[in-house]
Amino acid sequence: MNDILLFTLLTLCLLAIVLAVVLYFVAQKFKVIEDPKIDLVEDVLPKANCGGCGFPGCRNFAEVTVKAANENNSLGDLNCPVGGNEVMKQVASILGLEVQEKDPLIAVVRCNGSFAHSPAKVRFDGPASCAFAHQLFAGEGGCQYGCLGLGDCVASCIFDAIHMDATTGLPVVNDLCTACGACVKACPRGIIELRSKGKKDRRIFVSCINKEKGGPAKKNCEAACIGCSKCQQVCPHDAIVMANNLAYIDFVKCKLCRKCVEVCPTDAIHEINFPPRKPKLEYTETNTQPPGGHDRLEKVQPVQNKTVDIE
Amino acid sequence: MKLATFRIGGVHPPENKLSANEPIIRLPLPKQLVIPLSQNLGAAPKPVVKKGDEVKKGQLIARGEAFISANLHAPASGKIAKIDDAVDSSGYRRMAIFLDVTDDEWMEGIDSTDELIHQNLPSSEVIRERIKEAGIVGMGGAAFPTHVKMMIPEGKKAEVLLINGVECEPYLTSDHRLMLEKTQEIILGIRILMKAIDVKRALIGVENNKPDAINRLQQFCNADNGIEVHALKVKYPQGGEKQLIKALLGREVPSGKLPIEVGCVVSNVGTAFAVYEAVQKNRPLIERVVTVTGKKLTKPSNFLVRIGTPMSALIEAAGGMPVDTGKIVNGGPMMGKALPTTDIPITKGSSGVLLVDQSESRRSTPNTCIRCARCVTVCPMGLEPYLLARISKLSLVERAEKERIMDCIECGSCQYTCPSALPLLDYIRLGKQRTASYLRNRK
Repeated sequence: MNDILLFTLLTLCLLAIVLAVVLYFVAQKFKVIEDPKIDLVEDVLPKANCGGCGFPGCRNFAEVTVKAANENNSLGDLNCPVGGNEVMKQVASILGLEVQEKDPLIAVVRCNGSFAHSPAKVRFDGPASCAFAHQLFAGEGGCQYGCLGLGDCVASCIFDAIHMDATTGLPVVNDLCTACGACVKACPRGIIELRSKGKKDRRIFVSCINKEKGGPAKKNCEAACIGCSKCQQVCPHDAIVMANNLAYIDFVKCKLCRKCVEVCPTDAIHEINFPPRKPKLEYTETNTQPPGGHDRLEKVQPVQNKTVDIE
Repeated sequence: MKLATFRIGGVHPPENKLSANEPIIRLPLPKQLVIPLSQNLGAAPKPVVKKGDEVKKGQLIARGEAFISANLHAPASGKIAKIDDAVDSSGYRRMAIFLDVTDDEWMEGIDSTDELIHQNLPSSEVIRERIKEAGIVGMGGAAFPTHVKMMIPEGKKAEVLLINGVECEPYLTSDHRLMLEKTQEIILGIRILMKAIDVKRALIGVENNKPDAINRLQQFCNADNGIEVHALKVKYPQGGEKQLIKALLGREVPSGKLPIEVGCVVSNVGTAFAVYEAVQKNRPLIERVVTVTGKKLTKPSNFLVRIGTPMSALIEAAGGMPVDTGKIVNGGPMMGKALPTTDIPITKGSSGVLLVDQSESRRSTPNTCIRCARCVTVCPMGLEPYLLARISKLSLVERAEKERIMDCIECGSCQYTCPSALPLLDYIRLGKQRTASYLRNRK
């Protein structure tokens, strides 16, 4: 009995020693030399694995950055939108590089076809998927560019940063947004755009992407951009581009002066996080000069005078 | 006698052929016709008229320039009011030609009589050219340009022409009525098609629930013209091209291939009729038979309608819209698509307008999949719909391609039979679209 036990133990020990030697040499032969910087870079990344940088996972992004640093000695366009400038600075310092500061971005929903502005004409009965509804019809409100309101963007967000507003039926982005761009890809209509977060979180944008002419656009939605180009005329910074009956505000050029918001006849241009406006009357009293030589205000002026005269 | 049918899968929904005994009525011309440019599978034709032009009935108004495209002709005489966007059966606003109708006079060079022309079948090149000029597309619903189908690729040989008179969709009766009322024209159309692709044999498949049509067709079929009529067991989706080939010939089209691979060309009876009109009478495709039906409708009917007539006119002629209509479906209940408005014009591919009442139109609440595999049993293409739907939901296009999602014919048997009321086909369609665009980009 004891002999068997001893024999077994000895055999196993011998086997272990032999295999350990084999494994040692195999490990030496097939050694993978990995840059230790990859681990360091990965440690400072947010580990959200969201894919916002364009690579599958933070580890892959770390590998790519280290490779770029070694080969090109610059990070180029590589950017972690979730970590933002802070994380990119840390990454750059690990790699011994400088990094250019980028404007932080945020997702912006460019549709204002709420239940009130674009009332439902038909009822959609199918599965709750925007991608599916998009291939089926224009939408309950009838606007073929507008939000379908079935929440593909909400489902795609891993940061809990976008939610459906039950009263308007439109998605709302909150401060948790990291601009990873998942919702931009998820939206079959391309309504969501990544725009500059803006100074003090203030943003101005055209909340509509309807490329139809004014008439049909307005027929389906009260808040549609009708392509009147009033905003373009009033903009002192040349930030507004008109194309396909649609205004687009270039957030790089925009200086947040809010003149376009005032002239928009359909309230399609939105301002976010601005303090409440002073009453309009005060504005005209202190400043008799119509801003930017805008003809609408010039026309309005004599009418106002006339009413005053009659009174 | 045991009737032939396809081998795997299939369902048998209630037939509800309400308008089977209603003769085809010609609908009066509306004041304005809206002719969507994109009526065929493939590229939309380019308009050759402009605003303010006077056109005669049958005149070319848009030319199909791409390889897979079909011409469009003025369905009536009148003036082009505008070329603008209009909501069509896709649910979107797309380019359409608006025609203000003045009269109903054919343009010169078109035989306007109803006399049958048996003789003088032109050569196959001339036939193909006339089919192309007349803008004929498959009238079964997919609207694939017929002249493209008639071009047999090099190295292939068509042996037999199959004519689809199955009409397996519940409710629809337009093909049935056409077979009864235009029998001789259809037979002539089949002979023309046979000549065009140079085959000696043609088989007409008709489901056994239309014995009158089978009898009527049989009177004109004999050994001389090589046309045979086959009664088929009633089973949906027998009207699918691949299912019909399996039922009539017992041959199976390989995955991802066309029927010509097994020596067949398949056409619809409506197409055969349109081909006869085009080749022998020089009439372009400007009208079609449309079934307007629904359980609550006062007069379910079959109308001969000009392309571009709004669906509201058809519904009005069939006794008006019932108050509790829940859905308006373009096509049959299985494959048709619900429409957002009734202003949508009839196109070359619209075979029916179905009004579903509210109680029947609502979807049941979906439940979890209980793995009963009923969808697998009924899939006529031998696919696994529960799996495809799941894959599509997750956008796994490579996996979807491997599971042969592109073979799905979108018949809807899986969704029809699902005891958990899962939107299987809806997701498969989505996945099919995504996979198709993935495959296009990969090339």
